Amino acid sequence: MTIFDRTVNRRRLLQGGAAVTAGLAAPNLLIRGAWAEEFRNNPGNAKSVKFGFNVPQTGAYADEGADELRAYQLAVKHLNGEGDGGMMNTLKPSSLKGNGVLGKKVEYVTGDTQTKSDAARASAKRMIEKDGVIMFSGGSSSGVAVAVQSLAQEMGVVFMCGLTHSNDTTGKDRKRYGFRHFFNAYMSGAALGPVLKEEMGTDRKAYHLTADYTWGWTQEESIKNTTEGLGWQTVKAVRTPLGAGDFSQYITPVLNSGADVLILNHYGKDMVNSLTQAVQFGLRDKQVNGKNFEIVVPLYSRLMAQGAGENVNGILGTTNWHWSLSDEGSQAFVKSFGQEYGFPPSQAAHTCYVQALLYANACEMAGTFYPPEVIKALEGFEFDGMGNGPTLYRAEDHQCFKKVLVVRGNDKPTNQFDLLKVVKEVPREAVTYDHTTLRRRARPLQGLSRPRRVPGRAVRSFGPAAPAGVRRTH
Amino acid sequence: MSTATIGSPSDRSARSPTIAGSASNRADHVKFLIFAAAVLTMPIWLSPVGAAYPDLVQKFAIYGIFAIGFNILFGLTGYLSFGHAAFLGVGSYAAVWSFKLLTMNIVPAMLFGVLAGGVFALLIGYVSLRRSGIYFSILTLAFAQMSYNLAYSVLTPITNGETGLQLAHGDPRVLDGPAGAGLPSTNLFGVETVGYSGFYVCAVALILAYYLALRITRSPFGMTLRAIKSNQNRMNYTGFNTRPYTLAAFVISGMYAGLAGSLMAVVDPLAGAERMQWTASGEVVLMTILGGSGTLLGPVLGAGIIKYFENIFSAFNDQVLSRMFDFLPAGLGDLMVDLVQPFVGDGWHLTLGVLFMLIVIFLPGGVMEGVSRVAGRLRRVRSDRTG
Amino acid sequence: MDAVVLQALNGLDKGGAYALIALGLTLIFGTLGVVNFAHGALFMLGAFCAVTMQKLLTLSQKVEDTSVTFFKAYKEVPYLEIWFGDTGAALIDFAVPLAIVLTIPVMLVVGLVMERGLIQYFYKRSHAEQILVTFGLAIVIQEIIKSAFGANPIPTPAPEAVAGSADIGAWLGVGQGLIYPYWRLIYLAFSLAIIAAVFAFLRFTTFGMVVRAGMQDRETVGLLGIDVQRRFTIVFGIAAVVAGLAGMMYTPILPPDYHMGMDFLVLSFVVVVVGGMGSLEGAVLAGFLLGILQSFASMNEVKAIIPGIDQIIVYLVAVVVLQVRPRGLFGRRGVMEG
Repeated sequence: MTIFDRTVNRRRLLQGGAAVTAGLAAPNLLIRGAWAEEFRNNPGNAKSVKFGFNVPQTGAYADEGADELRAYQLAVKHLNGEGDGGMMNTLKPSSLKGNGVLGKKVEYVTGDTQTKSDAARASAKRMIEKDGVIMFSGGSSSGVAVAVQSLAQEMGVVFMCGLTHSNDTTGKDRKRYGFRHFFNAYMSGAALGPVLKEEMGTDRKAYHLTADYTWGWTQEESIKNTTEGLGWQTVKAVRTPLGAGDFSQYITPVLNSGADVLILNHYGKDMVNSLTQAVQFGLRDKQVNGKNFEIVVPLYSRLMAQGAGENVNGILGTTNWHWSLSDEGSQAFVKSFGQEYGFPPSQAAHTCYVQALLYANACEMAGTFYPPEVIKALEGFEFDGMGNGPTLYRAEDHQCFKKVLVVRGNDKPTNQFDLLKVVKEVPREAVTYDHTTLRRRARPLQGLSRPRRVPGRAVRSFGPAAPAGVRRTH
Repeated sequence: MSTATIGSPSDRSARSPTIAGSASNRADHVKFLIFAAAVLTMPIWLSPVGAAYPDLVQKFAIYGIFAIGFNILFGLTGYLSFGHAAFLGVGSYAAVWSFKLLTMNIVPAMLFGVLAGGVFALLIGYVSLRRSGIYFSILTLAFAQMSYNLAYSVLTPITNGETGLQLAHGDPRVLDGPAGAGLPSTNLFGVETVGYSGFYVCAVALILAYYLALRITRSPFGMTLRAIKSNQNRMNYTGFNTRPYTLAAFVISGMYAGLAGSLMAVVDPLAGAERMQWTASGEVVLMTILGGSGTLLGPVLGAGIIKYFENIFSAFNDQVLSRMFDFLPAGLGDLMVDLVQPFVGDGWHLTLGVLFMLIVIFLPGGVMEGVSRVAGRLRRVRSDRTG
Repeated sequence: MDAVVLQALNGLDKGGAYALIALGLTLIFGTLGVVNFAHGALFMLGAFCAVTMQKLLTLSQKVEDTSVTFFKAYKEVPYLEIWFGDTGAALIDFAVPLAIVLTIPVMLVVGLVMERGLIQYFYKRSHAEQILVTFGLAIVIQEIIKSAFGANPIPTPAPEAVAGSADIGAWLGVGQGLIYPYWRLIYLAFSLAIIAAVFAFLRFTTFGMVVRAGMQDRETVGLLGIDVQRRFTIVFGIAAVVAGLAGMMYTPILPPDYHMGMDFLVLSFVVVVVGGMGSLEGAVLAGFLLGILQSFASMNEVKAIIPGIDQIIVYLVAVVVLQVRPRGLFGRRGVMEG
């Protein structure tokens, strides 16, 4: 029953046509003619444009979600020319004008992903079908990001990923309509490797506890590759259900396994629980194989450090961004966010804020909201001043390449927010990989659902320039 | 403390649906036609309340089917299953696998969904129905939790765990031939079934499901089921073996759930394990009770109310609220926002919980009982006036 | 061998929590005949009593945090530390055990209010309706806690003195490797003590005697002129306190969040059913038994033989028990035998 939407879209198209005539006085709008094309949720000549922020408000990642929402609200403020502008002032090159996007005031709707793929898709569908968002963003789980991203593709609406760290998001499961600013598990491994070698040597035995879903799998694999490359052995990798709560039954076997490093591929609530319990079981006071037992948490965040309290002291991990960075962009953002809310932003907040700004900037660059043009503007976009140094939005997989931070739980915090100490800023070159490497690797999933590897087809699935927004207007 | 307490609640539902009779037969048909018309025109009459968009109306229809099916078990026999979501999940997985392996045509997917739901229900029902009352509830709960936990862990090759089972490029789809550039979408012999066309598929399924439930309720089989509800012991004492009947009801309701699950995959080809969690089973219980268990229309209403809450209320944020209370003076407006806020947005579960408790305490027959009470009172007032 | 002992201890710990919740459930069911699906929420409320205690003790003065330079930030310095220095800090450190002075009265009041305000109207209604209304209540309690405390787990550490782990191996002289956290040992001892106290209370006091008599034959006891109802209401309060204490002491093991009650509830019901509806001894023993089984099932060696067994073992046991011995392991003949 596509008629319903067709008619709506036709009407929108007419409105768009009207805007062409009305907009003659504003030549910058007419740089490209493409924007008059028929596409989903075309704002036409409306005075405002709507963004959708789909974040976990309940579930294991709810606090990250709350912080993401704060960042989005701040971004909308800045885009509309309110507040001090934050990173709008430091983004280079920038086409943002501080009068909304393409002259339209930015409004937003919010939704709760509940950290579940199903709920996230329903909520995203509501935003697209009912609220008419031109772009949506958010998420704190890779499972959700992957599921929502394919919806974005089907619907022809751009999805700017929030916090998602699985390699698959821009690897195996990447989509033309999905973009990720956040780093991924591969980069964590690449950044962490040299530091691990320096601190713990090359003769170690690692034991993994892994959250049992796409993110956990890819992180386990990436870290394993890194550590095994250093000469470490992997004693065992155990999958734990998401949200297990009490991890003692998984931690006790570690005690007598002969391993001397525990790698926790957990995030959010799971990480807080598993780390706390690992410390309770005396793992950190243990001596194994004549070495101090160590714990590594490859993906770290300040919110988690807050949750785990003193247990994070001295524990190594990586993070996308930290508020204590001293570059201009970071400082502007922290100042702006801190003044608004009274505490510094988390890495989740940072990536979401940046994503919102980058999308708006791409629209300005393209001179249209027409997704294929916006996508073109984002692809290969090279920018600076967003807190991670010079950054590239790689065209091939829509993954950002930038500095990665190796951090350590701070044992001597100078203030209440100073929970992580940056050990090393790993340069972009060190974490860059070829876009075909992650794509081709075998999935951790064995058996039935392993995709048949037909050479060429996989790449084609991502590449076709079929403007899905035009073709599929249901 | 007899065993039949659950099986014989103060049988409120017996009041509402009248037992088969020729007079009520015509009324049934009229009601059915009104129902069908209402379902098909949902996109029109729901638009004033902001609910007329494909995803939500699809949900209304799908959960309506789920709740109707649940009601065939709970409403008629009084057996309270806390594990019905398992059948929904199995139906979804079956449908997605049908999309992956066979064809994007929805007919086989739905057939497999119903079949999988039915077979799974037969297995679980056979074991669970050996007990009644709270033991039955615990057994179904245990089975559903087992399915859920397994779907998340060792069965990931079949379920893709937390990430959810999705279509992929490498899928064989032996009946469809090689796919084009993008992922194919579900279709009914060539007609895409997404958006509103997906809704109409669900709506037709809902209408058929409703009709079937109507026939079941009015049939001698339905009578037997209600008799089991009112006093299973007595039935047993008279030498009547009730188990084949309860098992049949269980399997039918499992097939309904399987159908609902497969429809979820039809409108959005993805299946996640969380569909099987016991809280999801709890949700269908809420729907049925809220609308009115034992009635035909109640469960559909309940499903609609809950899904409406979930989608509309949870989207209320400060921005929306302050716009809503704009007309009030500033101080009062802020106060209203503060008062309302805990109950909407991420607090909509609270509203649901409170509403549900109120219903169970004051209106055990659900919305349907409320409607009939109000109608009864009106009639009395009118007859008082005329008389 | 060490691994086995450790897993057994893990199981006993978890079993302790199951047993305490199941004990309360059984008490309520045995006295009032009510199936209380909100009992998990009571466990969670107890945990949040500990959180509240911690919050109360760390009530703070806002002092501008000069170390944060980017923006105006405030540091919270607890009044206790301002007023009493190290003594104050020590008090804060002992927030969880001190929470007992908060948990007992709060949970008693919650239990009594719940019974008088809601449960008493459901004595005569079906079990299905009891389940439903208490399920609704559980959602409401849970959501209120969520809006008050947020959705993420709140760290509530054990006191510094017992934060580490005990070298049981050295105590027993069986060598290295047998290490177990102090707090978990304390939890085990605590749960055993509570269980013993409840049993002693029921066995050795007049009050307990009347309650037991009332459980057997309520009408006769009522005919003797004893107000059974009032005592049963108090029993409900006691059950709430037991669940609350179990939750409170569990917080250092598992940082509490609003949802923890539901997770424990399902398992506790399974425990009650396995132990036998209405049997206090059954509830306790089944609690420990299932806890241990769950721990052993999650050993890597076991999982290697039957993959996924750790995920389903508890439910599997419940199904088997209900099939072969429907009144549960310790259930009396004729009680809820269905």
